[in-house]
Amino acid sequence: MTAGATELGPPPLLDISDLAVRFGPVRAVDGVSLRLSPGPCGLGLVGESGSGKTTIGRAALRLVRTAGGTIRFAGTDVAGLRGKALQDFRRAAQIVFQDPDGVLDPRIRIGATLGEVLVAHRMAGRRAAAEQARALLAEVGLDPAFTARYPHQLSGGQRQRVSIARALSVRPRLLVLDEPTSALDVRAQAAILALIGRLRAQRSLAYLLITHNLAIVSELCEQTAVLYLGRVAESGPTGAVLGRPAHPYTVALRSAVPELGGTHRARLVLPGEPPDPARPPPGCVFHPRCPIAVDRCRAEVPVLRPVGPGRLAACHRAEEVLAGALPGAALLGGALPGGALPGGALPGATPSASPGPGPASTAEGSPPGWTAAAPPA
Amino acid sequence: MIEAPAPLPAQATALPRGEALRRGLRANPLLVLGATASLLIVVAALLAPVVAPFPADAGSATHPFLVLRPPSAQHWFGTDDVGRDIASRVLYGIRVSPVVAVFVLVIASVIGIPLGAVAGYFGGWLDETLMRVTDIFLAFPPLLLALAFATVLPPSLTSLVIAIAVTWWPWYTRLIRGQAASVAGRPYVEACRALGLSPARILLRHVLPNSITPLIVQVSLDFGGVILTASALSFLGLGAQDPTPDWGLMVAEGQNYFTTAWWVVTFPGLAILITAFAFTLVGDGLRDLLDPKRTPPR
Amino acid sequence: MRLAITGLQVSFGTRLVVDVAELHVGAAEIVGLAGESGSGKSMTTLAVLGLAHTVGATVRGSITLDGTELTGLSQRELREVRGRRIAAIFQSPATAFSPVFRVGSVVHRALRLHGMTSGEAAGAASRAMRQVLLSPRLLDRYPSQLSGGQLQRVAIAIALGLRAEVLLADEPTSALDVTVQAEVLEVLRELRERDGMSVLFISHDLAVVAELCDRVAVMRQGRIVEEGPAGAVLSAPQDPYTADLLAAVPVIRAEAGP
Repeated sequence: MTAGATELGPPPLLDISDLAVRFGPVRAVDGVSLRLSPGPCGLGLVGESGSGKTTIGRAALRLVRTAGGTIRFAGTDVAGLRGKALQDFRRAAQIVFQDPDGVLDPRIRIGATLGEVLVAHRMAGRRAAAEQARALLAEVGLDPAFTARYPHQLSGGQRQRVSIARALSVRPRLLVLDEPTSALDVRAQAAILALIGRLRAQRSLAYLLITHNLAIVSELCEQTAVLYLGRVAESGPTGAVLGRPAHPYTVALRSAVPELGGTHRARLVLPGEPPDPARPPPGCVFHPRCPIAVDRCRAEVPVLRPVGPGRLAACHRAEEVLAGALPGAALLGGALPGGALPGGALPGATPSASPGPGPASTAEGSPPGWTAAAPPA
Repeated sequence: MIEAPAPLPAQATALPRGEALRRGLRANPLLVLGATASLLIVVAALLAPVVAPFPADAGSATHPFLVLRPPSAQHWFGTDDVGRDIASRVLYGIRVSPVVAVFVLVIASVIGIPLGAVAGYFGGWLDETLMRVTDIFLAFPPLLLALAFATVLPPSLTSLVIAIAVTWWPWYTRLIRGQAASVAGRPYVEACRALGLSPARILLRHVLPNSITPLIVQVSLDFGGVILTASALSFLGLGAQDPTPDWGLMVAEGQNYFTTAWWVVTFPGLAILITAFAFTLVGDGLRDLLDPKRTPPR
Repeated sequence: MRLAITGLQVSFGTRLVVDVAELHVGAAEIVGLAGESGSGKSMTTLAVLGLAHTVGATVRGSITLDGTELTGLSQRELREVRGRRIAAIFQSPATAFSPVFRVGSVVHRALRLHGMTSGEAAGAASRAMRQVLLSPRLLDRYPSQLSGGQLQRVAIAIALGLRAEVLLADEPTSALDVTVQAEVLEVLRELRERDGMSVLFISHDLAVVAELCDRVAVMRQGRIVEEGPAGAVLSAPQDPYTADLLAAVPVIRAEAGP
């Protein structure tokens, strides 16, 4: 079974089937299947360190050698691509990395960095590339004059925007966002999230959002897959997965996330540490830490199976978890931190179909679409 | 995220521009000294025909009546065993050893940079193969290797260049390979790969420019070293031949007269020392100037 | 007030990076110092520890611990205070432990440095490890064999073993996974409840501050713009900067998706 899309609907843009990636003895990804519909669509990959989420993102773009499984992009197996077909794939599927500090060549000006991609893919001549670079910067909310600057003259948030602009320059259909805001301050993070929301609508993007932050997927992804030790624990529509989890790990994850409401709700604390990925436990890999593990969990590897409309879970007792068998889960269903905070929900995020342009209260205080030089972006 | 006490953006390891350059120079008087001295040496080389009192002495002229004269008003550095003006020969000598050094370093760089960059970037069997070949050359003591080559080749300046270049290129290959390997792992290179840029483009536009700084420094530092090596080989008779005004050769030719006519050996020797030192100072200064770990002055 | 900071000014030459009029932490209280990068939070920590000079900063103002003035003490006197009465843990737990020594030897050495005999130190170390929910046998391991969360808890154990009165925690959980973070926060709560420890918790993560801290001070460009009980400040901020920060925090919503 594959996670991440309804059974009926448009053929998936990205179809990952039984993916396995190994680094020596470590099974970083062990039998993961995911589907991402064509844009606009967001699939969140949520997990902690060692979950394999980053590796999946890289594997999807053929940046990492796989040990098994297939990855199909728009129906074609990416493993066999060569030459022009590979170039076309590289244009259609792009990645934005986590660390905004190292992703831009420090010796090259922003304009040249952006233009280089266009020229390399023969999408523009040199002069046209310079113009397009300016337009791209404007699209991500930066002053086009930044083309003359060097990376070290920009803030982290601004560099991340440039990184996004560069990924967008080739007009991709799929964007892998690998922890796009982890290294940023909270206001810069909000701005980037709003930007992603806006770009999603404007460019009809499909994206794979890799993060450990549940709130981010809550805002940007219709579908979410929760990963643990290289496997999918559960997946489905984001609201359902986070609000009524079907896997004990999701319950623990959800209950561990600190919230502004600050309520001391019953927390499901996981004992011990994640197991050594080179020697995963038998049966369900989560069983040593699972509060409701039974004999079957120790012996039998749970299969990712449907447990509800559009929902898949790899747990023998998923139904009980759904029904609220776990201490943390009982409080989660429906009782999300309420109360309107001043400023309301995240800027620009509404359940409507098209998130509007520009956040309601951008911390920068500048008109939407522009970021002045000084404030953090 | 621990914020820096003063969030100064990290300085890129690019050659410092304008103001930063001036500040760096002010902080580094030895670099200025070395650079000035080197510049003067170069100018002297260019002006040798004009400035040298006896230009013909740098060639095949001999003056049997002026043999072994001590330094005087007419011959500032005295004359050698065939009556040639040592001052003129030292001056013309600038065109010999340093030029040899330039050729050697250029050849070593031309070989070392591409090999090292390719080995470092691609890794794998290519890296292994190239490095083993490099290691073979590195296993020999440099001077002995140069000697070996020089003995085999007919003694001349060209042979000198070849002999020394052969021992020098492996070091640059190693140096560039290490840098290239490090750069190849950096996020922006991975980003380039993800963007579908060709390996050639990545190597030329991103890996090489970011790997080359240590080499620039190393070349400056090596300049003096090559001059010394060339002088040593010429001293042993394996390089320049008479009447070429090579400093090493001059020292060799004058060693028999050292006790009676000290000036024949001393002035060419001093020239070697000063030139090597000047370029070494430049190299040291450049290394400090380009060091990314230097905190920018507050 | 256990820890009282008054009129603290930290500068690099003429540039003022911290200008805190007043900041207090009482006994059995966790006070959060929240702000973005560059706000001066970490410099404040260094100043309290008397280590600001190591990065070239000068400190003016008053920092008192149980009435004892800390500014103006000599380094020798400060060494009595550091670790023993004011402990500190930082973002990267690995930096507290040299990779060539077993974790236990670091703990042991810290305890002995402040006057315990070897036997006392061993006992205190074991007790402290149990208090942070770690098996004392982990003391025999090297830092590379422990996870970030475990190392952080060992660092807290050192503070416990020394019976420090104040713990300065500078982004202690920012580099940790969220489930591990929850454990460390739980340990910090225990410190407050069971041992009456005062904690100054520095973080850019307002949600963590909201969950953990009794009071919060919001820092911006070296100054405290707002201060008060965590619940009040974070649900009804008076200062527009605080409001901005809060508005930017993403929340998990029932109606998920864009």
